[in-house]
Amino acid sequence: MARDWSSATGHEIHDALHHGTATASDITQSFLRRIEAVDGKVRAYVDIWKDHALKQAENVDSRLKRGQTIGPLAGVPFAIKDVLCTKHGHTTCCSRILKGYRSPFDATVIERLEQAGVVFLGKVNMDEFAMGSSTENSSVQVTRNPWDLKCVPGGSSGGSAAAVVADECVASLGSDTGGSIRQPAALCGCVGMKPTYGRVSRYGLVAFASSLDQIGPFTKDVEDLALVMNVISGRDERDSTSADIPVPNYSQALRDDISDITVGLPKEYYTDALNPEMRQKIESAVKILEARGAKVIEVSLPHTEYAIAVYYIICTAEASANLARFDGVRYGYRAPKVADVQEMYAKTKTDGYGREVQRRILLGTYVLSSGYYDAYYLKAQKVRALIRKDFEEAFQKCNVIATPTSPTPAFEIGAKTADPLEMYLSDIYTISVNLAGIPGLSVPCGLTQSGLPSGLQLLGKPFDEATLMRVAYAYEKNRGFDIGKPPLT
Amino acid sequence: MTKITKADVEYVAALAQLSLDEVTKERLVGELSDILSYMDKLNELDTRDIEPMMHVLPMTNVYRDDVVGPSLDRETALMNAPKTDGEYFLVPRILDIE
Amino acid sequence: MQYEAIIGLEVHVELNTQSKVFCRCSTKFDAPPNTNVCPVCLGMPGVLPVLNRAVVESAVAVGLALNCTVSSWSKLDRKNYFYPDLAKNYQISQYDLPLCRHGSLEIEVNGQSKRIGITRAHIEEDTARNVHDIGGGESGVDFNRSGVPLLEIVSEPELRSAQEAYAYLLQLKQILQYLNVSDCNMEEGSLRAEANVSVRPVGSTKFGTKTEVKNIASFSFTQRAIDYEIKRQIQTLEEGGTVRQETRGWDDRSGTTVSQRSKESAHDYRYFPEPDLVPIAMDETWVKRIREALPELPQAKRARFIEQYRLSAYDAGVLTSSKAMADYFESVLKAGAAAKPAANWIMGDLQALLTAAKTEIESCSITPNHLSEMIRLIEDGTISGKIAKHLLVDMFQTGKAPKALVEEKGLVQISDISWLEQVAREVIVANPGPVSDYRAGKEKTFGFLVGQVMKASKGKANPKLVNDILKQQLAK
Ligand SMILES: [Zn+2]
Repeated sequence: MARDWSSATGHEIHDALHHGTATASDITQSFLRRIEAVDGKVRAYVDIWKDHALKQAENVDSRLKRGQTIGPLAGVPFAIKDVLCTKHGHTTCCSRILKGYRSPFDATVIERLEQAGVVFLGKVNMDEFAMGSSTENSSVQVTRNPWDLKCVPGGSSGGSAAAVVADECVASLGSDTGGSIRQPAALCGCVGMKPTYGRVSRYGLVAFASSLDQIGPFTKDVEDLALVMNVISGRDERDSTSADIPVPNYSQALRDDISDITVGLPKEYYTDALNPEMRQKIESAVKILEARGAKVIEVSLPHTEYAIAVYYIICTAEASANLARFDGVRYGYRAPKVADVQEMYAKTKTDGYGREVQRRILLGTYVLSSGYYDAYYLKAQKVRALIRKDFEEAFQKCNVIATPTSPTPAFEIGAKTADPLEMYLSDIYTISVNLAGIPGLSVPCGLTQSGLPSGLQLLGKPFDEATLMRVAYAYEKNRGFDIGKPPLT
Repeated sequence: MTKITKADVEYVAALAQLSLDEVTKERLVGELSDILSYMDKLNELDTRDIEPMMHVLPMTNVYRDDVVGPSLDRETALMNAPKTDGEYFLVPRILDIE
Repeated sequence: MQYEAIIGLEVHVELNTQSKVFCRCSTKFDAPPNTNVCPVCLGMPGVLPVLNRAVVESAVAVGLALNCTVSSWSKLDRKNYFYPDLAKNYQISQYDLPLCRHGSLEIEVNGQSKRIGITRAHIEEDTARNVHDIGGGESGVDFNRSGVPLLEIVSEPELRSAQEAYAYLLQLKQILQYLNVSDCNMEEGSLRAEANVSVRPVGSTKFGTKTEVKNIASFSFTQRAIDYEIKRQIQTLEEGGTVRQETRGWDDRSGTTVSQRSKESAHDYRYFPEPDLVPIAMDETWVKRIREALPELPQAKRARFIEQYRLSAYDAGVLTSSKAMADYFESVLKAGAAAKPAANWIMGDLQALLTAAKTEIESCSITPNHLSEMIRLIEDGTISGKIAKHLLVDMFQTGKAPKALVEEKGLVQISDISWLEQVAREVIVANPGPVSDYRAGKEKTFGFLVGQVMKASKGKANPKLVNDILKQQLAK
């Protein structure tokens, strides 16, 4: 039997292809076998593109055979969160309302990765319309945390994180509106990044909250993160909010030298709400940065305690409009046997959306409705400005901010589904980042006593992903341990 | 304290085109009240002189040139339609709901 | 009791850009259903709008032409409501920061001019088109119109009669056509008007309850629909009733407005800023550039025509009724013709030919050069005015140059004095009665004698020469 490549990183695969020690087809086969072996337990994939993936791999192989050079991601197998539009297969956001939907176009990030020769293995699970922090809101299935199958993988990009950690792909794409990349990356134990708002085109990302959403990668290490960011970043004329700011070569930014870096620790993040074990993990991670020459200071983000309220006003308001289009007219589910258009809307939406989505639509509709706009939506926009200002001021004093990604490690499936507010509060460390539009990443910082991963969150100045990745890289090189692989088989 | 009433839930559901059964309405009165009460936290802040933030990016004037590009062919446009006659998207009777 | 009407107009104009407002689909009217559509204007999942620069510039041009203040900072908003013709179930529009505000439009009614305030003009996207009764009680939706750029122009409630409203609409249409930003075709729906109508006793300063009159599908209906609504409201009040705030549709067949009973659900559009589009920042140089590119507007052109070409106010009005007409007139002058005959020919015979052929002056087969040449032929005596009338018809039908036609058909005027003297002598001899009447002082018979000479020359005689020669001979 051929070698198993499923635990390889992207740069390892590139070296193998480049030196001819493996073919892209072998590598893809290897991952397809791995999916077959473990996905029954993890349940990350909602659609596996076997034939498509093998065809893409063959394309890479024939390029190699013709002696053509290949890019660093050519032949590297990826998984795609089902919130991204793809011409191949279905795009459903794991919602009943979009069951069977076929997008007539590819998202810009998909186009760019395809150009780079990436092999797409399929679509992975998520909370319906990216609304959730545990992937339990998927209408398709519940994805498990590969480290403990009783636990959630985090969310909403739980499938993307679990697939990377379970070696069911090398890297994956997710979307992050309030932590949906960083939190599952932390809970599953991989690298995940939410780029600066405007760094990566949102064209083809099914919108949840347009002013907060960003697409970002999940990878096994920071080196791979840089490779993916090199491909997906940059201005796209189809997205008016994509910034026309040059994209540096992130791979070149990865140096094991952070002596010029000042790390800020926001005092508002280190409170009693933080699980003591998590606190200890972050503290030792910060010590490693310090040992590598970084200066560590305390900073203040005084409006932190308002972030969750602001976030759930803005994201639900935007979502209430973004999701209005799923009405059974042009695509998606339409309830049967309806007498008129109004009945069609009501039945289609009520049958088509899950509980959390309906709750958020109602909340968002409420905060925008006549008489409440100023008290909620406008107020939230003002406080959002204050939160952004907090970060601007903090970044006067430091280059990056270090925090926990999540206040707790992965929790058990079903533990928080009864109380939506409690679930919302678990997003405490990730939400402000989206409100401020700044970049953030999560890098694994060890396992807890019970064997669950924890994540160090690093936040940076707008469009300074390079520094963020450099600090994460230095940490990764010097943390002195590897969290290893989950005991799946 | 309940922040919102069943009538509020019904009003908002009508705007959002959701039809909720009685049990769901009751449940939502509780859940939404909890969440909205939590949001009252924002009233602690005096924001009179704060400009609301609409965009995180300080961008203005992003435009496209007035040039016609390719449209979808009709078959593709109608590909996902729940009901079509091959030319139009078909919808049930439209009562005057506007 | 005496009542006065208070009318405000909301006009939606489809801008005639090549592509739609947020996507690159064509705006072409009457394409087969659902062929000018793409993921963006179909509101498919994952799409984003990108604003068409030409839409912003056209809107600003209209704003400037309507004496508006152009907002230096403006944004787009989402207006949320459900309808099958609305792809995203929200319309991208402008709410509290419209692109143009505080303008005015001058209208003229019964020789009186009046300034009507413009509250605002803002950009939004058009909706799809529902085709009702497609069979089986279902409706079809055609998204070709979805995303066609619209400009909504809202007047102050300063119109006081249906006649004023009509004048306002015509004046607005004229300006939009001068700017070449819209076809302004009410029948095709590229210009749609809604009227807010209320009445109040003369002298009262309080506004009455208003109704919104929709479904006015042509300019000629505007006046009738508003007139009807005013009378209906007055009658309601006279009979002791009250006017209900409601939307009423004009029904052309019955000539009445009919209540469009809508569900009681109040309009709660939940406007909020469109996060997918960045603000529009209009700096002075941009506005200046648009202002400098504005054509001369109808009012200014009218004034200049009166001043520069010594035309009557009426003639200047007719000649500036469309930019094409005014341009045609000035091209004829540029080719050498004098203003007065050019104006008369264009407004008279040429307009009649155009009307009969149902064509516009833009596509007139007589070029300005040809018309000017024809006028010269009259002036230099080559042809008579009477001949010219026939010649013009030939020119219109064939598109040929007047000189060529004159030669081809032998229309050259007879100015041969000895031949004309000969004919005049014969006419005098053959008509002793009228001749002696004339000599006895009955000047009127002179015309008869001229006519006889013209008849003998088959209309080709130079009328001025005929006059002179006859007078001379009769004086003998
Ligand atoms: Zn389009």
